[in-house]
Amino acid sequence: MTTTDHSGDVRLTGIGKTYGSFTAVHPLDLTVPQGSFFALLGASGCGKTTTLRMIAGLEEPSCGTVHLGDQDVTHLPPYKRPVNTVFQSYALFPHLDIFENVAFGLRRRGVKSVKKQVEEMLELVQLGEQARKKPHQLSGGQQQRVAVARALINHPKVLLLDEPLGALDLKLRRQMQLELKRIQTEVGITFIHVTHDQEEAMTMADTVAVMNAGRVEQLGAPTDLYENPQTTFVANFLGTSNLIEAEVDTRNGDDVVLKAGGGKLVLPAARCSAPAAAGGKVLVGVRPEKIALTHADDAGAIPEGRNRLTGRIADASFIGVSTQYVIDSPVCDELAVYVQNVERDGRLVPGADVVLHWNPAHTFGLDAAQDIDAGVETVEEEAA
Amino acid sequence: MSTLTEAPPPLAPAEPAPKPPRRRGRLTPYWLLLPGILWLVVFFALPLVYQASTSVQTGSLEQGYKVTWHFATYWDALTEYWPQFLRSVLYAAAATVLCLLLGYPLAYLIAFRAGRWRNLIMILVIAPFFTSFLIRTLAWKTILADNGPVVHALNSLHVLDLTSALGWTAGDRVLATPLAVVCGLTYNFLPFMILPLYTSLERIDGRLHEAAGDLYARPWTTFRKVTFPLSMPGVVSGTLLTFIPAAGDYVNAELLGSTDTRMIGNVIQTQFLRILDYPTAAALSFILMAAILAMVTIYIRRSGTEDLV
Repeated sequence: MTTTDHSGDVRLTGIGKTYGSFTAVHPLDLTVPQGSFFALLGASGCGKTTTLRMIAGLEEPSCGTVHLGDQDVTHLPPYKRPVNTVFQSYALFPHLDIFENVAFGLRRRGVKSVKKQVEEMLELVQLGEQARKKPHQLSGGQQQRVAVARALINHPKVLLLDEPLGALDLKLRRQMQLELKRIQTEVGITFIHVTHDQEEAMTMADTVAVMNAGRVEQLGAPTDLYENPQTTFVANFLGTSNLIEAEVDTRNGDDVVLKAGGGKLVLPAARCSAPAAAGGKVLVGVRPEKIALTHADDAGAIPEGRNRLTGRIADASFIGVSTQYVIDSPVCDELAVYVQNVERDGRLVPGADVVLHWNPAHTFGLDAAQDIDAGVETVEEEAA
Repeated sequence: MSTLTEAPPPLAPAEPAPKPPRRRGRLTPYWLLLPGILWLVVFFALPLVYQASTSVQTGSLEQGYKVTWHFATYWDALTEYWPQFLRSVLYAAAATVLCLLLGYPLAYLIAFRAGRWRNLIMILVIAPFFTSFLIRTLAWKTILADNGPVVHALNSLHVLDLTSALGWTAGDRVLATPLAVVCGLTYNFLPFMILPLYTSLERIDGRLHEAAGDLYARPWTTFRKVTFPLSMPGVVSGTLLTFIPAAGDYVNAELLGSTDTRMIGNVIQTQFLRILDYPTAAALSFILMAAILAMVTIYIRRSGTEDLV
């Protein structure tokens, strides 16, 4: 991937969109570097598609500017932008065959001999045999690849993907994720991918921007977002998080010591996005797979220096590679713990008293003023 | 989920494969067809046979008619009335083209741009049907009257000089000219053009327009390459619904035209009701039917929309 060429950078400056009194996208700044695979992740109605459509020129921004490289494209109509879109419904032209669908953009730009290019592109997406079929004769996955081919053949500076895998079944979706990632690496074009599937965003993108209610909540590499979320929305929307209310006790070098229930928890100050003044409230977070479970009888064997909580197993579900426990603790109900099924302790059954312990380095701290349930699955959009 | 080491439940004994449910109601389609078929037989097929036999009869009113397989009636009718046939086709074609030119933009507007006005405009399109066809055509007599504002305006703009030179109007008159008849036909059949056009335009996914724009098509190119081809079913059924009845129409030529603008419909009507020459009238009807059938077949073949109409 080139780093010196900036002609494919997408720069959004203070871009926003309002419909009457409803703000779909709050003014936001975003730079997507050339050649990167960028994902806009959020629940439906969070403004991610509107943002994408403003880049494509299908939606006029209410404020702000869109730059592609050095070119201000804010007021250019879509047909003048070096940008192509893979639509959610694919929007293939039903009256044209696959070949003509893919050739459409080339023909509009007056390219004379399209045959070779179209055939190469159809090979790339493995649809060479289907060139003379009509879109409705293809399966969903094939239509999706035609949509990608139709956009990519124009060598756009930026390829916009609007939930392109939403209509596919799970297995095909996983396959297409890898496929898209492979194509992106091959052609080196900037991809901006809109999705509500956090797993899809994390597996495919170099950088993910998590959007909520028209704002970007957090932007970063998938591992950063997952390991060190800055807001409760990100913590809950990306995977699962255990969030425990705690009070700041003391500051000990690079660590913050917190009181939760009767016990103490240690949190690296660098991983706390909230002001950690003594006496203040903080939400302590830890991912379920970071936590180890030890039966209360063996509590003495737990090494020093680990954060620990006591609790009782409320439920256990065996799902093959791991067992998912729900644990009620005095400090917090329904803590989730995922334990790899390596050496299973037969005593860890519902009703058993256990100690939960984890490396303090895996703890993160969030501002306690936020809604602790923001971004939890099936929760509809919170009011902005 | 009390324990994690529970043994799997014993396999249930294999159930016997369920019998395929008896195919019921295999006759239902035929029952549903029956009323329509009956109607067609009584009111379409039988009269058609009756007319066919009339067309090959000879005789007179006084002595009665007999089937003599006198096919010469067809040839005689054609040689005598071919100008009216030709005129009917020309007027109907002109009216169809005018309907398309007037109706397409309106249908496009209703389908894509009307927003909350959509239903209101649709009602306005259909509203003329609430008045009799005859009354509306008579109203055009007033609209195009020699002293009326329309003729006056066209005259002062020297449009009538041009149309007279083309033979569409005569002198300072619009009424009793080909233009008046074509205007009447256009007016009366316009809704039959707009409705199918609207239906097929409305079915076009708006995202296809976005996709075309995204793929470097300017708005006009998008129309030519995407919208218009996708609206072809509407264009074809609209032109058929306009052309076929317009070619056989006689009311507009009767009320707005003159003896020089008689269409084949007028001839048939006169033969049946005034001259009472039933064989000639029946033969003319069959020639008209065959001609329209042939033209429509060629048209549908050429527009390549057999499966869409």
